[in-house]
Amino acid sequence: MVYSLPEEVLEHVFSFITSDKDRNAVSLVCKSWYEIERWCRRKVFVGNCYAVSPGIMIRRFPELRAVELKGKPHFADFNLVPDGWGGYACSWIDEMSRAYPWLEEIRLKRMVVSDESLELISTAFKNFKVLVLSSCEGFSTDGLSAIASNCRNLKELDLRESEVMDLSGRWLSHFPDTFTSLESLNISCLGSEVSFSALERLVARSPNLKTLRLNRAVPLGKLSTLLHQAPQLVELGTGAYSSGIRSDVYTGLSKAFLGCKELKGLSGFWDADPSYLPALYSVCSRLTTLNLSYSTIRSPDITKVIGQCPNLQRLWVLDHIEDSGLNALALSCKNLQELRVFPSDLYAADVNVTLTEQGLVSVSQGCPKLQSVLYFCHQMSNSALITIAKNRPNLTCFRLCIIEPRTPDYLTHEPLDIGFGAIVKHCKNLNRLSLSGLLTDRVFEYIGTHAKKLEMLSIAFAGDSDLGLHHVLSGCESLKKLEIRDCPFGDTALLANVAKLATMRSLWMSSCAVSIGACKILSQKMPMLNVEVIDENGSLDSRLDSCLVEKLYVYRTVAGPRSDMPGYIWTMDRESANRI
Amino acid sequence: MDLINFEATELRLGLPGSTDDQPEIKSTTSHKTNKRSSSEMVSSVSDEHDSSRSPPPTKAQVVGWPPVRSYRKNILQGKKNDQAETGSGIYIKVSMDGAPYLRKVDLKVYQSYGELMKGLQDMFKCIIGLYSEMEGYKSEYAPTYEDKDGDWMLVGDVPWDMFLTSCRRLRIMKSSEVIES
Repeated sequence: MVYSLPEEVLEHVFSFITSDKDRNAVSLVCKSWYEIERWCRRKVFVGNCYAVSPGIMIRRFPELRAVELKGKPHFADFNLVPDGWGGYACSWIDEMSRAYPWLEEIRLKRMVVSDESLELISTAFKNFKVLVLSSCEGFSTDGLSAIASNCRNLKELDLRESEVMDLSGRWLSHFPDTFTSLESLNISCLGSEVSFSALERLVARSPNLKTLRLNRAVPLGKLSTLLHQAPQLVELGTGAYSSGIRSDVYTGLSKAFLGCKELKGLSGFWDADPSYLPALYSVCSRLTTLNLSYSTIRSPDITKVIGQCPNLQRLWVLDHIEDSGLNALALSCKNLQELRVFPSDLYAADVNVTLTEQGLVSVSQGCPKLQSVLYFCHQMSNSALITIAKNRPNLTCFRLCIIEPRTPDYLTHEPLDIGFGAIVKHCKNLNRLSLSGLLTDRVFEYIGTHAKKLEMLSIAFAGDSDLGLHHVLSGCESLKKLEIRDCPFGDTALLANVAKLATMRSLWMSSCAVSIGACKILSQKMPMLNVEVIDENGSLDSRLDSCLVEKLYVYRTVAGPRSDMPGYIWTMDRESANRI
Repeated sequence: MDLINFEATELRLGLPGSTDDQPEIKSTTSHKTNKRSSSEMVSSVSDEHDSSRSPPPTKAQVVGWPPVRSYRKNILQGKKNDQAETGSGIYIKVSMDGAPYLRKVDLKVYQSYGELMKGLQDMFKCIIGLYSEMEGYKSEYAPTYEDKDGDWMLVGDVPWDMFLTSCRRLRIMKSSEVIES
């Protein structure tokens, strides 16, 4: 006799299992667990919106409350993906509006969202609570008006880094006076001014507001008013952080910050005037997150601030921090986990900014909890990378961008192979890596050999031959996302590792050496992959199999070829290389 | 890798692939330039280490590199446009009541009003106070400036960046002569 727990009991047990990985594992145990699990799954993450169709998701999970989708490939952030590529949220939102009347949360990243879709969200889901649009586009402030007007129980509206057609700031005034449930608002990407009195009243009637990220247009002189209405804030993004010389503004601001006892994160700081920085000193001791990367304040001022933030865990800053500021960071902030240093000059080294590899070495030495690094600089050496690797074997994310492509070790003029090799060898839990500088196939051999937990790898202007790509595809067991540009990788490595591609979410290759013929073969061998070739010259038809493709995007899918491709994308289906 | 020398970098509104007067690009990946996917170097490589800091068009420009998102680039561009009208300093005349001759200062050298005041004080060997709503004039002298419209304004009311673009000349006046509105 087979003994099994009653469904209700299993469901109750499953309700404590929230991570996607664990839920997926549970569903694989046996048929009955699969069935029970799918009925009680409440949230789903779809890493590639074309890997599955809305219908398939809805059929399997009939009772979702939260859906997260990602659209365009990561390189879209750097304008490598042409307009009209896809990533449309429309069909997803349409189908979900019919299937999930009780849907509460929608999170979209790099997708195209229309005002109609926003309007539909605002009316179809009666208990809608969370809308996060990260790096999205295609909608205007009219769509936001609909959300504001209709979503009675909205808790979170986060537009982070989206491109919004900013028709006016009036949309914010559409939140009704009866609306009091707001917990998180991020409008930092918006250009136009919202009505300040509407904003003030909204903040005043939102006792649960914990996160408020303003846009640049909110003047500094008004910030203290908002802070007085919301002393319970945990995360604040200021607007412009300058105001001429106004001692009354300064005093008011100082007093307001003093009242914010819960504040843990600060961002914003556009046009920051250093003379206003001391106003926030009173919150520094509690700060865990600080984003100064929109301000061009100089190292001495930055140093004064971070010197007072012993609990800082995350710092985003421009390279104006210089090595001296990073040395200070290493001394003051022993709890630092994440550092991102962005470039202030995109082309040549700014002669006034002394940020070198030394700054990063100092931080790697002084900050024992450092796990995640994004660092733009102009020079690097193997010895520095080796030191960093040995200092910080606990690194999980290492993204280095030496601004000039193919820059060698500035001391020895050799490639940076052994430096990055040390990183992958010592940092055994590394899950994300971005390479730069002069690199040969050798670095990929190191990566294939050692980077067993690596999930995402970004490569640019590196390698000598297909061997490089082959090392990565054959060696990196955990690889999920691989993005490559301007490398001499081609058909041989790709076709030698076709099966690998079905274990990954996606592969992007642009300005490499992959031919149309290889794409056709890949597509024929691997029916579960969509092999999409981007060719904006529109002349693939007449090209020979030996011609090289501009851009290639390959991803696994259970939804078949997509039907919303623009004219310049060709899919290599099994029968022939016809455009669909 | 073959790198491409371009005569000039030009913005064009042509269809992708149309070449007109542009030289054909030859590269190992052998595809044509178009307005989107040109990832080859579009200017002479030898300019890359030019330390005379000429503006971007003569520097190597590769699409999507360095990997910085547009909104970040816009912030930096904005800063540069505000501050570098001539690309080499914003020199304005400074007069001080009672001084026999005028001086010139480069506003670009200063990051804030505080620094400017220090610079002026060093130059004229005097104490200049900034007006504050609560405390009034702090010293014998008050800094004023003539703006784009020809009006004389009190220094310190507008954000520094705005001041940089609108200030035409400075005048350090005796506080006693300043008319309060």
